[in-house]
Amino acid sequence: MSTGSALRVVVLAGGLSHERDVSVRSGRRISEALRNRGVDVDERDMDIDLLPSLVADPPDCIFPMFHGAAGEDGAIRDVLDLLKLPYVGSNPEACRLTYDKPLAKTILARNGIFTPEMVVLPHEAFRELGASAVLDAVESAFGFPLVIKPSKGGSALGVSIVRSAAELPTAMVSCFSYADCAVIERYIAGTEVAVSVIDLGDGPVALPAVEIVPDGEFYDYNARYTAGLTEFFAPARITADVSQRVAEAALNVHTILGLTGFSRSDFIIDGEGVPQFIEANVAPGMTETSLLPQAIEAAGLDLSEVCLALVNDAIEAHSAQA
Amino acid sequence: MVLGYRPALKAGDMAPPSGESPLGNRLDPHLSRYAKRTHGMTASEIRSLFAVASRPEVVSLAGGMPNIAALSMETVSSTVANMLATRGQVALQYGSGNGDQHLREQICEMVGLQGIAPHPDDVIVTVGSQMALDLITRIFCDPGDVIIAEAPSYVGALGVFRAYQVEVEHVAMDEHGLNPEALRECLKTLAAQGKTPKFVYTIPTFHNPAGLSQPQDRRMEILQICQSAGVLIIEDDPYGLLGFDGHIPQAIRSHDSDGVIYLGSFSKTFAAGIRVGWAVAPHGVREKLTLAAESAVLCPPAFSQLTISTYLDTQPWMDQIKIFREVYRERRDATLEALTQYMPEGTTWTHPTGGFYVWVTLPEGMDGTAMLPRAVTARVAYVPGTAFYINGDGRQSIRLSYSFPEPDRIREGVRRLGGVINEELKLMHTFGTLGVARPSVSSQGSTPGPDVV
Repeated sequence: MSTGSALRVVVLAGGLSHERDVSVRSGRRISEALRNRGVDVDERDMDIDLLPSLVADPPDCIFPMFHGAAGEDGAIRDVLDLLKLPYVGSNPEACRLTYDKPLAKTILARNGIFTPEMVVLPHEAFRELGASAVLDAVESAFGFPLVIKPSKGGSALGVSIVRSAAELPTAMVSCFSYADCAVIERYIAGTEVAVSVIDLGDGPVALPAVEIVPDGEFYDYNARYTAGLTEFFAPARITADVSQRVAEAALNVHTILGLTGFSRSDFIIDGEGVPQFIEANVAPGMTETSLLPQAIEAAGLDLSEVCLALVNDAIEAHSAQA
Repeated sequence: MVLGYRPALKAGDMAPPSGESPLGNRLDPHLSRYAKRTHGMTASEIRSLFAVASRPEVVSLAGGMPNIAALSMETVSSTVANMLATRGQVALQYGSGNGDQHLREQICEMVGLQGIAPHPDDVIVTVGSQMALDLITRIFCDPGDVIIAEAPSYVGALGVFRAYQVEVEHVAMDEHGLNPEALRECLKTLAAQGKTPKFVYTIPTFHNPAGLSQPQDRRMEILQICQSAGVLIIEDDPYGLLGFDGHIPQAIRSHDSDGVIYLGSFSKTFAAGIRVGWAVAPHGVREKLTLAAESAVLCPPAFSQLTISTYLDTQPWMDQIKIFREVYRERRDATLEALTQYMPEGTTWTHPTGGFYVWVTLPEGMDGTAMLPRAVTARVAYVPGTAFYINGDGRQSIRLSYSFPEPDRIREGVRRLGGVINEELKLMHTFGTLGVARPSVSSQGSTPGPDVV
């Protein structure tokens, strides 16, 4: 096996989002994985020195691992495109569609993907129409439980499952502390799975679904990043038929949203065995407790090899475009 | 350029599972081995937000970092060189479990400023006063034992008490610190339950996080209450020399050498990175502390001890403390002025006369923990009040630390905070959550690590 000792990659991690901590850890893991294959890796944060340094000394490829705003909303990739620098993962347009949860759900639902019913309400809607009237309408249409989440952002920050009217106002305030717009979804009981899709040049492939069984009420921040608080099953304990269905759904999400390289889509498999799309990620977490690395392992693949292949594909695709 | 290996992977390779039920994975093979006391040690959404505080765009009023920029690095450098030239062989060797003899003599001289007159044998040098707190809890407390602490209280102490599975009874404070009436009441309630607290933990001077100080008569009253009840006092005093008017309050320990253990530190009067603190304890306690220290770390770091000892011998250290006082007074002033200018109606705050912290109480019904993400988005960070309570109380309060940022940055940070509070008030007005009971949160994980500025 040859190693790319001359290959130079800049891993972008950190940023100013609420998920900075997770991004730093994801970036470190990717860097380590690439270094294991002899790649010369430089880890960089998003700051005023970043662009001048990339322009002055362009690496062979960039591996964006920013989570949250400016990292997953396409902005940084737009700038990388302007600078004609190759990078791993999806293009800005796909990022914009995916990062905006209601937009992604709407596009996917139009294309036949099942996703929980939702309403999308900015703070102003509650202020102008009166919070209790709006919440009453939501309650009478959806009933309880409800899922309240910020329209953008990851790691379950600002997400609540609300089981009674009394819990609603606090959940709304907590959600609006993270974003100006809230998604209120009908709660779907079922099996929670994450399906990662990778494309190493021969078309997107769904990795085994990873089933998530948190000890607490839901897969919140603590459950995501404290080893031991969640039990994972990879592959998920679902029938072959359901497994096939959720893999197809994840591949469809990847294709419909125009995602490139790798992605992770999260689903709840409802009582009928139907995968209900929750959200997709263009920069899925890569920490020690994250889902994509578990899927890679369950597929019998090696994280370092996958990362290196993603880098090489990005470089090839970029050269082909040029 | 050499391209790397590409794993063979084709669509269809990832066959669905064979139907065999896989084993679950909790990603930590040692999970079943951990002690019960680790069960609360989890990742925290709040703590993750502090990761952003280290970015230069963010004004961090969160961490309580001493302002080391006020210390001359040339002085430190020459002190270390001098120390190595004269006592290098000792500095790089193991030392005594209770600390360097000469440094303990110097500590006795220092605490004399606070009216304490111990024998050097009553002093044990520790790795910051945090280690002294850990050793004291270790030698006094079994799991389930009760101790009393002010509400709010130092988050690092609460962490130690939690680690030793100690039950913390909070006692309210008023504008003069620990409230004697509340203390009497607490002792009475505990006695009725057949419980005897192992000690009362208090920070009488420039309290962290409340920014309050106990007047002398208050200290005497608390001492008398504890003496009558036969309860030991742990007096934590890292800020005692940092009064802005130069006045040095007399320690509670100065009135009772048997019933009070006094904790001090060089972290704020010299440098936190040197990690040297101490405890002044009655003889029997000191013996136990030394044995406990030896089992924990063998001996405190000789290099650090001899550096600080040489510094005290050769440098005008009291002048340096005066410089620190000025630095912190200027920042305290900036903070209070900015609070007056930018805080919305219904917000109140303490007026510290020394130390690092202002304790801000938000308008009725507000929640400092829930507001933190909004603050981080607005590029200002603070520590939510819940960090300073063992039981999830303190939601309506936040702690601002003014020790580290420049005064202009402090003003900008407080201005941003005012905007954040106003936005949050609008939100609460919309949803009518003012005064709504919220689920309790653990104080664990609600505070930044020691390196967050």
